[in-house]
Amino acid sequence: MWDYSEKVMDHYRNPRNVGKIDNADAIGEAGSLACGDSLKIYLKIKDGIVTDAKFQTFGCGSAVASSSILTEMIIGKTVEEVKKITNKDIADQLGGLPPEKMHCSVMGYEALEDALKNFDDMTDLDDLRNEKKEEKIVCTCFNVTENLIWDAIKQNGLKTVEEVTNYTKAGGACGKCKGLIQDIIDTYYKKEENKKDAPALSPAQRILKINNVIESQISPELRKDGGDITLVDIDGNKVLVKLRGKCSGCKNSHLTLKAFVESTLRETVDKNIDVIEVA
Amino acid sequence: MNLIYLDNNATTKVAPEVLEAMMPYFKEEYANPSSIYEFAKKSNHAVRDARGVIKDFLNAESEKEIIFTSCGSESANTAIRGVLNMNKNKRHIITTKVEHPCVLNLYQTLEKEGYKVDYIGVNANGELDLAQLEEAINYDTALVSVMYANNETGVIFPIEKISEIIKSKNKETKFFVDAVQVAGKIPIDVQAAGIDLLGISGHKFHAPKGVGALYINSKTLITPLIIGGHQERGKRAGTENVPYIVGLAKAAELAADSLNYEMTEVKRLRDKLETGIIKSIFNSRLNTGVANRVPNTTNIGFEYIEGELILLHLSDLGICASSGSACTSGSLEPSHVLRAMNVPFTSIHGSIRWSLSKYTTEKEIDYVLEVLPGIIEKITKLSPYQEELANLKRLKG
Repeated sequence: MWDYSEKVMDHYRNPRNVGKIDNADAIGEAGSLACGDSLKIYLKIKDGIVTDAKFQTFGCGSAVASSSILTEMIIGKTVEEVKKITNKDIADQLGGLPPEKMHCSVMGYEALEDALKNFDDMTDLDDLRNEKKEEKIVCTCFNVTENLIWDAIKQNGLKTVEEVTNYTKAGGACGKCKGLIQDIIDTYYKKEENKKDAPALSPAQRILKINNVIESQISPELRKDGGDITLVDIDGNKVLVKLRGKCSGCKNSHLTLKAFVESTLRETVDKNIDVIEVA
Repeated sequence: MNLIYLDNNATTKVAPEVLEAMMPYFKEEYANPSSIYEFAKKSNHAVRDARGVIKDFLNAESEKEIIFTSCGSESANTAIRGVLNMNKNKRHIITTKVEHPCVLNLYQTLEKEGYKVDYIGVNANGELDLAQLEEAINYDTALVSVMYANNETGVIFPIEKISEIIKSKNKETKFFVDAVQVAGKIPIDVQAAGIDLLGISGHKFHAPKGVGALYINSKTLITPLIIGGHQERGKRAGTENVPYIVGLAKAAELAADSLNYEMTEVKRLRDKLETGIIKSIFNSRLNTGVANRVPNTTNIGFEYIEGELILLHLSDLGICASSGSACTSGSLEPSHVLRAMNVPFTSIHGSIRWSLSKYTTEKEIDYVLEVLPGIIEKITKLSPYQEELANLKRLKG
């Protein structure tokens, strides 16, 4: 049972501006049928002002409410004003959304952004995107791009992978991209610190980071082959681990250790790390 | 607004007779059944009698084969861990892709602990692949664990046949059946079906939440999950939950009496709901086809629309059902059961489970059939897939 606000309930019960505009000046899309929600938004734009907006949504109550209120928010506004609307504005207008449903507001934002991008006159939109990286799919299950994750972090101050999943769905299915999402979060906050050099990890942070990498990136891969790994100890640059399940006693375990475990830890934590197997 | 409760696979209402039977054991007969004085006699006998009722309900050979637990999950955890602990030399388990999460998540944990687990698939109707099951059993197989019927689709698995297959391949392999979704819906006969362990949960057949039972046949040894006192012959410590155990037994008695009604009248109403929906709504689809099912359940997909929104609109009219859609549960992926069946993604997100009970009336079913087409039409109008919908309508029309 979701605790939807009165406003959300009103909008899914009586959605406003449903349908399509036949000769729309801009059309934007987000989501897909396979992913479980999708949205199409149609805009009529005259003299730089959004004169009409309609939507079609396949999705849950909060997805319909987000689309519906979004159309109300943009009709009568200038394109410049509409450009400034974020997913947070949509959620706020609805009187808030449950954390797990924030991705519905992001879908609204995404479709709107897509519509504006498709609107020929919006040349200056490129500036808006310059600071971001080029289009790259991070979550292949839900087709979530790096740009979208970047925007969600920026607009909502997201700090954890779980929050990013709630807002964008990325990482919500197979979970393979969680490491990548963490990297995007790290990169974003490093930039926030005005590109100050990241402070060296404290010993406790270092242990946490190594453990985190083992659990989120290394262990799932080994488990796929029926094995697993446990962190035993950390001694300076030496990381002592124990291979379990099928990995223990496997002829290739040395290869696994060096080519995969060690290289992953070197890449993500410290290039001086040596991984040593203990019995 | 009247409540129309069609979510009886999630939980059921406590039968008035059950509540009435329980009350004295809260108010007057509150003694600990293990106590020595005369005052404890009634509560002690109540638990003893309840054990007899459950023995009969499952057609076990002896009362000693029944232990009381707190729920279906505890029954399953006790059975599975208990069997594995007694057979430490065997490291292989077979189960299905469509088990209830309480069992499935336990197997994923056991995999991390070093067990090898094979997950048997189902066909598009939700029926188990018996050839794959037979193939998977080997000398190392400690346990085969199959639900009696699936909670989302109601599809019944051929338990007797599966037992024969297991025993023909490895006589030492134990067979656990999660019967939570069949108790009170179809007869259970653990001896005839060749079951070693079987779990049930009270709240699925009009007993309260917080009580279940586990059958363990006399040839099967388990270690306890909850260690402590001597209760339940050392297989489950903790002071007996006397009023709830009494309630469970009363519910089992009532269920045994109404089995015939379930299999005729409840089935008739379920079929009426099902055919009514399929006939009147062009973008509906029966997810199980013609598979053999428990009499109270149907799972219907609505194409190009999303399940949570259907449930919200139904809820506005007092109608309760449930959905396999991702959005309802807060998980981002749709039901693992419907995915295992390869339900097309056009309808998997819009799949609704309807589960009736003996308290469901014809009037309620008629009301659902009256209002549902309007709700579906309203939601379908919101869908961005109007072209696909128009094609579908043409095809079906």
